[in-house]
Amino acid sequence: MAYAADCDTRGPAATAAARPVTLKILVAGGFGAGKTTLVGAVSEIPPLCTEELLSGIGADADPLDGVDTKTSTTVALDFGRITLDTGHVLYLFGTPGQERFWFLWEELSAGALGAVVLADTRRLADCFPAVDFFERRGIVFVVAVNEFDGGHRYTAGEVREAVGLAPGVPVVHCDARLTGSATAVLAELVHHLLSTAAPAVPAQPTDRGEPT
Amino acid sequence: MIRARAVPGKGAPREPAPWLDDSAGRVVRPYTASGGRTRPAVALDLLSSVTATGARPRAPLGAEHTAALRLCAGAAAVTVAEVAGQLRLPAAVAKVLLSDLVEAGAVTASAPRFPGGGGPYAAADDQTLLQAVLDGLRRRL
Repeated sequence: MAYAADCDTRGPAATAAARPVTLKILVAGGFGAGKTTLVGAVSEIPPLCTEELLSGIGADADPLDGVDTKTSTTVALDFGRITLDTGHVLYLFGTPGQERFWFLWEELSAGALGAVVLADTRRLADCFPAVDFFERRGIVFVVAVNEFDGGHRYTAGEVREAVGLAPGVPVVHCDARLTGSATAVLAELVHHLLSTAAPAVPAQPTDRGEPT
Repeated sequence: MIRARAVPGKGAPREPAPWLDDSAGRVVRPYTASGGRTRPAVALDLLSSVTATGARPRAPLGAEHTAALRLCAGAAAVTVAEVAGQLRLPAAVAKVLLSDLVEAGAVTASAPRFPGGGGPYAAADDQTLLQAVLDGLRRRL
């Protein structure tokens, strides 16, 4: 869709000051991996859940066998907001990472800074499609292992090997319920974006801000 | 089934819940609000900001349109996604409602100012921007 024509990113200073830059980070992961929780932990507004209609593509892929009352097919979007300062507002979108929702991800990815892939080590395979999606499109992401109570703790290296991640992709542990921990995941993503961007920057931040 | 998901924590005031039946779910189908339409006449991004102009549309508004307009009339601009979430309507329906309000002159919509103009991974070469985002996040830690 052609929104670019309306986006005066190089516009006059007055306009730029009045309208903060819209920053977007996607939060992907399988059902129950903690997307809603993470968005809720960092959002300054009550986390909202909207629904997007699944288009014909999604409806075709939806198995209807054995489903009695399939009236509508929608996908839930968790939505949160963080006002960083007067000029920067960060929005978060969380939605399931299954392949059939990829058409939605295409739209959501437009203008996105990067993505957080939430992984539940009890169902690690659930995060594979999201990893695949971001890898193929060159969207920078970090993998955040949500530490569930009672779940077996895997090291970052074990998760990296199991998912088959490229060496540069950070794997961090987090507790998606905690604001500090969830914020640190976002900071890790932005730090990773900075370090993967053009190396012509004199001062690289030293503190990785890695969640514990 | 369309279902308004209860969101835990942070109990701020919301729009009144839609007419829900415990077993049957939403009594009024969401697309009734948009007259069955799924495509808005005005292109809206989920992050387009919508602001009420103060002009009253000539034709009387339905309940859902009125609720959407009220959300746009706050002190700060809201996004399409927020309106959809507050009204507990699918984003496609909220876009149709807001598009109607834009056409009626009651609301103005402005496309989001994405860094770099909107392509994926567009801001990665903008070190200053990323540093500002990182600083902003770390202030919250």
